[in-house]
Amino acid sequence: MIYSIIVLILSLIMLVMALVAIHHKSLQIAVIASGIISLFASVVYIFLAAPDVAITEASIGSALTVIIFFYVLNKIRHSDAKE
Amino acid sequence: MLRNSLRVIIIAALGWILFQVYSGYSSRDELNELAGYYATEGLSEVGAANLVTSVVVTYRGLDTLGEVTILFLTALIIGLMLKAEHRGDRTRLRESSEFLVTASHVLLPVIFMVGVYIFINGHLTPGGGFQGGAILASTLILMLLSFTNSKISHKVLEITESVSGISFIVLGILGVILAGGFLDNKILPLGEFGKLFSAGAIPVIYSFIGLKVGAELSTIILEFNQIQGTDDKSL
Amino acid sequence: MTNLFSIEYITIFTSFALLVLGLWGIISQKNIFKIIISFSIVNTSIHLLLVSLAYIRNRTAPIIDSAVDRVNAAEKVVDPVPHALVLTAIVIGIGITALMLSYAFTMYKQHKTLDINQYKSLKW
Repeated sequence: MIYSIIVLILSLIMLVMALVAIHHKSLQIAVIASGIISLFASVVYIFLAAPDVAITEASIGSALTVIIFFYVLNKIRHSDAKE
Repeated sequence: MLRNSLRVIIIAALGWILFQVYSGYSSRDELNELAGYYATEGLSEVGAANLVTSVVVTYRGLDTLGEVTILFLTALIIGLMLKAEHRGDRTRLRESSEFLVTASHVLLPVIFMVGVYIFINGHLTPGGGFQGGAILASTLILMLLSFTNSKISHKVLEITESVSGISFIVLGILGVILAGGFLDNKILPLGEFGKLFSAGAIPVIYSFIGLKVGAELSTIILEFNQIQGTDDKSL
Repeated sequence: MTNLFSIEYITIFTSFALLVLGLWGIISQKNIFKIIISFSIVNTSIHLLLVSLAYIRNRTAPIIDSAVDRVNAAEKVVDPVPHALVLTAIVIGIGITALMLSYAFTMYKQHKTLDINQYKSLKW
């Protein structure tokens, strides 16, 4: 029962973060919101008895993907600032 | 306006279909035949305590080979696409703060060891080659963030990647010659269940997968990092 | 009703909702960066769906240790096959995302904009 409530809260946060990621004007905030979706999904995987998937999602989905997004975003912002 | 309403209709229809699927779903209470076979016979056939590992490395080993190939091709294409960026002069990046440099001296070996631990113990505990490889790649991120002006050579990554890839395939072919089939793990003795040196060749194969995935992810990150330092005139 | 409140029903509903939201983002956004972010949301939702389908109530992770004895492992663990599938899919997912980002960056360099309506060379 308590697990269900925790998962419910995590799911609600994920849905709100998905809305933020799609509709927020700032690209940085959108990227971070998509990283938070991955991070909370990895917590949900623990409750779904999938520790292997949780480790993978936490290290790849929420760390490496966000870093790659930020590398490209940084380069684009730099060249925008120059003009 | 028409386009917008069309989009709303498409999404609403999709949502309705998915809701029908959801309301018709009933949770199951036993494993299907294949998964039941993996869970019972897999223990004596493969000898790995982590059933996911025995599925990934042995029963579905060919899928893993294809997956590593896809990752390799992705790294190759990204290198090709971003190659034009590397030509400009490298500008000196800002030095990192004292805290980050000092902390990463302490943390880098520890994180590296955690990555190696995770892929060596992939057959006993949660984890394995993919997770360990990703953690090795995140070591590289910390290195790039803290030592901004050091050069990291592509050569080391290339050699690691090719050697581990070739060893992976050679182990698979050895399985055809010495045991039952491609990527069979019984080329080494199965050993005692639950010990580090058990489950035949699984720790060896998974270590090579880990090194290969780590090298490929590091290559991708390095490609994206190198577009930072260049002062491109075309932009 | 108690059925609907168990973990796998909540996560399947969440994954469907994330799928719909992500597809809405893909077809409604103009910024190519936002489209790639929506793709990664859809990616996560599919992983969540597959892992939820593998879940069986009152069972533990598919790892044989002190909690699960070897003899009746089939009655104690959840389905390991979708886990293996998702493990592979996550690693491919980062490769696809990085590939899309490198294409997007090349497009940006040629057209100096992220708006997909300005990419006239794609239309015919």
